[in-house]
Amino acid sequence: MHEFSIAVSMVDIALEYAEKSNAIKINEVELEIGELSGVVYDAMDFAMQAAVIGTLLEGAKIKIVSPPGMAKCNSCNHEFKVENIFDACPNCGAYNPKVIGGKELRVKSLNID
Amino acid sequence: MCGTCGCGSNEDPVKILIPGEEEHTHNYTHVHKHEHGNEDHSHDHNHSYNHSHDGDKSTHDHEHENEHDTQDHEHQHIHGHNHDNNDHDHHHEHHHHNHDHDHGHDHSHGRQLIIEEDALHVNRLSAERNRGYFEAKNLIALNLVSSPGSGKTSLLEKTIIALKDQINIYVIEGDQQTMNDANRIDAAGAPVVQINTGNGCHLDADTVNKAVKKLDIQSEGILMIENVGNLVCPSLFDLGEAKRVVIISTTEGDDKPLKYPTMFETSDICIINKTDLLPYVDFSVAQAKEYAQRVNPKLRFFELSVKTGEGMEAWLKYLMEELVEK
Repeated sequence: MHEFSIAVSMVDIALEYAEKSNAIKINEVELEIGELSGVVYDAMDFAMQAAVIGTLLEGAKIKIVSPPGMAKCNSCNHEFKVENIFDACPNCGAYNPKVIGGKELRVKSLNID
Repeated sequence: MCGTCGCGSNEDPVKILIPGEEEHTHNYTHVHKHEHGNEDHSHDHNHSYNHSHDGDKSTHDHEHENEHDTQDHEHQHIHGHNHDNNDHDHHHEHHHHNHDHDHGHDHSHGRQLIIEEDALHVNRLSAERNRGYFEAKNLIALNLVSSPGSGKTSLLEKTIIALKDQINIYVIEGDQQTMNDANRIDAAGAPVVQINTGNGCHLDADTVNKAVKKLDIQSEGILMIENVGNLVCPSLFDLGEAKRVVIISTTEGDDKPLKYPTMFETSDICIINKTDLLPYVDFSVAQAKEYAQRVNPKLRFFELSVKTGEGMEAWLKYLMEELVEK
């Protein structure tokens, strides 16, 4: 359950920015959690619900966007969508992908009053 | 909230201990407070919990009283925990819990702040700080990761015994509980610090920073950080290591690299342990290596048996070379 640590970090980040902007209320927080980030979405939802309790984020809408896994083949430079980091390149068949998307684990934006 | 187990405590559940200097007193107070407002929902919650230890005998008393009305949800948890050296007495009291949840869905259009900040940023900064510390101390730090039972501690014991007259080896042990591993390393003859993560499933850079300072490192050498046995969570947490070493053993499935790809992708070295058991298990070294290379074509492999010593030479030689190159 490393999701708890990550949820707590995300809450800390969001609160830091909200405080800097003198927010009195957070309406929405948008998180970007890539499909290859190594995080289980259900566990993340659960962890976020627990992590926001007692903070300004409690009651805010938590929006999670999940960018798909994208890779670029190191052998032929073809860019393709991957479900696993070990998928073969559909163009040349090589198992030599460089992951270029889907690893995101970010607090993207906040909507505050 | 505590990021380790998700409880309401702000107190750090992580303990850093040195063999022979174990802590015998703790004082824990956990207060959980939740508040739910708009919800049509109310609870009265009383738990009292008495817990005493007498030598090996322990007794637990539990009392729960729950009343559910319709609205308002109130909880409060107080956990008190006292250890007097030999006489262990625990008193846990949970009462009161205030839940106040506001699920107001009014669609006001407030200000939009663009943040784009990485959740692991703070850990990464701590890891870089460790990297600088290791460099200043002329330490090569290795982060050893694997499932529980792959032979990480045994590998360290044999490595220490083989090399301790030639180089300094320092060890940080990570486990949820017990000093067992630190005591084994201590007996093998290396300075060691034990981190007990409590409910935590991985080490993070900040905890390693605190632990390494307890080691009081004076001269160059190798710092072995044995992570919590877990092939999932530790993969996301950079500790500031020079190399990450993933260990699998022949009693596991040879498809481990495909099942837990992130760990293999982020590692530099893969040790395949327990090769002495190959005649008795279905594990194919060639297959495991092929899968691991699919995930990470740059992995360097060592095949060895900690038990018989077969293949250990190459590993020990590699460690010596790393130190010389530095």
